[in-house]
Amino acid sequence: MRKILVPFLAAAAALAAHVGPALAQEKTLTVYTYESFTSDWGPGPKVKAAFEKTCGCKVDFVSVADGVALLTRLKLEGESTKADIALGLDTNLVSEAKATSLFAPAGIDTAKVKVPGNYADDTFIPYDYGHFAVIYDTQTIKNPPKSLKDLVDGDPSQKIAIEDPRTSTPGLGLLLWVKSVYGDKAPEAWAKLRKRVLTVTPGWSEAYGMFTKGEVPMVLSYTTSPAYHMVEEKTDRYQAAEFSEGHYIQIEVAGLLKGSKNRDLARQFLQFLVSPAVQDVIPTTNWMMPVSAPSTPLPDAFSKLVQPRKTFLMGSDEVAKNRQAWIDEWLTAMSMN
Amino acid sequence: MLTARQARQAIGGGVLALTLVSLFVAIAVIALLSWDTGRAGSRLMTAYTWRILFFTIWQAFLSTLLSVGLAVPVALALARRPSFPGRIWIIRLMAVPMGLPVLIGALGLIGIWGRQGMANQSLLAIGVSQPVSIYGLSGILIAHVFFNLPLATRLLLASLERLPAEYWLIASSLGMKPFSVFRLIEWPALRRVAPGVAGLVYMLCATSFTLVLVLGGGPAATTLEVAIYQSLHFDFDPPRAIALAFLQIGVTTILLALISVFPAPEAWGLTAGRLPRRFDGSGFGSKAWDAIVIAIAAVFLVLPLASIAISGLHADLIRLASSDIFVKAAATSLSIALVSGLVAVGFSILVINARSAISQAASAGAGLKSLSAALAGLSSLVLLVPPVVLGTGWFLALRPMGDISRFAPILVALVNALMALPFAMRVIAPAMEAHRIRTGRLSASLGLAGWSRIRHIDFPVLIRPMLMALSFAMALSLGDLGAVALFGSSDFTTLPWLVYNRLASYRSNDADGLALILGIICLALTMIGTAGRERERPNA
Repeated sequence: MRKILVPFLAAAAALAAHVGPALAQEKTLTVYTYESFTSDWGPGPKVKAAFEKTCGCKVDFVSVADGVALLTRLKLEGESTKADIALGLDTNLVSEAKATSLFAPAGIDTAKVKVPGNYADDTFIPYDYGHFAVIYDTQTIKNPPKSLKDLVDGDPSQKIAIEDPRTSTPGLGLLLWVKSVYGDKAPEAWAKLRKRVLTVTPGWSEAYGMFTKGEVPMVLSYTTSPAYHMVEEKTDRYQAAEFSEGHYIQIEVAGLLKGSKNRDLARQFLQFLVSPAVQDVIPTTNWMMPVSAPSTPLPDAFSKLVQPRKTFLMGSDEVAKNRQAWIDEWLTAMSMN
Repeated sequence: MLTARQARQAIGGGVLALTLVSLFVAIAVIALLSWDTGRAGSRLMTAYTWRILFFTIWQAFLSTLLSVGLAVPVALALARRPSFPGRIWIIRLMAVPMGLPVLIGALGLIGIWGRQGMANQSLLAIGVSQPVSIYGLSGILIAHVFFNLPLATRLLLASLERLPAEYWLIASSLGMKPFSVFRLIEWPALRRVAPGVAGLVYMLCATSFTLVLVLGGGPAATTLEVAIYQSLHFDFDPPRAIALAFLQIGVTTILLALISVFPAPEAWGLTAGRLPRRFDGSGFGSKAWDAIVIAIAAVFLVLPLASIAISGLHADLIRLASSDIFVKAAATSLSIALVSGLVAVGFSILVINARSAISQAASAGAGLKSLSAALAGLSSLVLLVPPVVLGTGWFLALRPMGDISRFAPILVALVNALMALPFAMRVIAPAMEAHRIRTGRLSASLGLAGWSRIRHIDFPVLIRPMLMALSFAMALSLGDLGAVALFGSSDFTTLPWLVYNRLASYRSNDADGLALILGIICLALTMIGTAGRERERPNA
């Protein structure tokens, strides 16, 4: 045993040393966010570099799995949290986030911030948004659905992959979308749509992976998804279907923690977040729409995207109150044989 | 044949392992339960819970039946043909599915069995116009067989390969027919390990999450693991998550107890330890049968892997493999895999030695017997503790210790070690048991003990199962995403994390390439697990 133990302990020690604490700096702004924001393809590295140039401080990103985990972590840490900023909640989480009473009013100038659906809040500042949309493969689908109703009533042999509202935010988005359009008739709509649903994946990546592999010709994603394919892959193959009823929106927001010891710096960061410096970067890194006019025009591809004529957005309180009941309703409708 | 001191040491080691593992799980659970959610508890046993409980058991039962049932002929055929070109590679490839991130495996399977997959394209070619959909229970079963049949085959094959050479000599001189060989030699050997293998596969399938959702076709296919994830991740309701986890463990304990009721057959006979050589199966019929069985299994295994490899080849592999982030992720993943593999193997040895010492003790009281049962139970049931429970619980427990993110790698390594423990146990236990029976008395009478016994008696025989266990555990750890969703450690990047991260930011091409590289690393690892095999082959 000892023969195994010694090299093992050495390896464990090496592992522990490998992740030793970072050197403390004078002024550090701690931003809690989600992983895809800080990944090397995401906006994180650029935002950090640009802000550090102007603030004379250091930005420290702490990135958890996703927006939901972000809120959970804040709840668990309570007032002792080191976070100055929480970046990456979406509007559905705002009600729960407010209930923690960990956040302070942002107190920044949001005159230039404009998101469809007229979302405005004095605590949670939107920094990007995207409308949910059905993305289809033009090589397979010649007549894309023109409305949610078309999607629900259409040919069941043309399949769609959707996400699960129990485990993912796009899944919850579709649930709210259908609810917004169909109201009390949502269960009947789901019972019909169910026949077109090839599968319900735990998250966006699984569904989108199946879509780009050609397994399924439609997927629930964002109106901005085609921009990625047009800009990075130079292909028009994948397009969003515009729905006549309108599209449900996902708005990503950032907030200032009440317990922040760098409140001025944090405010400065929030203001920076909605300034052209960040807004220029968001579209081609986070593949979401900017909330204020960028300084340089967006790539051409963005002008070709679907611009929803109507935006659905339910109040965060309403979502928080009804989410479980609506998910149960969905489960029942989707599990019927 | 242990001296009293040796027995005490062995049992003490078992107690130590039991304590550490229990503490590791208990601390997480207690930390979670002591968190006040400030809301009234929801009812646990609703119609929904009953339904997913039933579905969890049903799909896991069918998956186990198929995986282990189909693994039997494959293992028999591979055992009867100990040397044919490519055999070693089939065996090595069998460890690859374990090391793949589940989503990648699922996409590989879809590439073959999906609506646009190879199988449907072939059907289309012969005139079937509508694609046959695998989504639903059939998809889940195909996926579970893909991931678990190779594992079951290797464990069963190992037990067949341990049969003393004398058996085959006698079988041949008695002129036994294939059926007699099966009934008298092969079946008793398989029966000894089959319950353990089935239990392991059952637990893996019962806790399946991504595969069940992706291939299940809708929420009618939901396992308890999904509900646990939902209540901890999305709803943050720890009491409910823990209650669901206990429900899962409770039900599985009952099922495993039922399996273990089957009496274990006689243990191994003595052998002179000569290298086994098969004299049977030289007829045309048995040759053809073996060829067909092995070919079908190999094709079933290789096609999805090939589909993953082909997608991966479209990526810019050189750029991916030489990027800083990849090198860093690979180093992190490999160190975590090594640590968790060594912990898993080390703990397995402690547990096995303790149980063996207890079983040899002439006057083992009820206390020792229940210790032995606890060791056996713990080392398998630990697989059922959802990683999200451990991750969140340990986040709470470690929070007072300051910067939480630096604990992430150690925690992932330990969680992986725990997951790998049941695998390592099932690889090592039968080998050590057989070895002890064959050499125990002899070593005792020669007075061999300590280092010289390890060097001369144990090492040459046990190194192979140990390496196989290590490579299994490492592969398992390599493919695991890690349960550190809350830890917020941007420096901590593993290979599967990198794959998911690329997928999450539309870079599916890069993800495919990384998956291929990950597969190759796993394959390289399994070469450790099969090291020394060629050398030991008789020159038949």
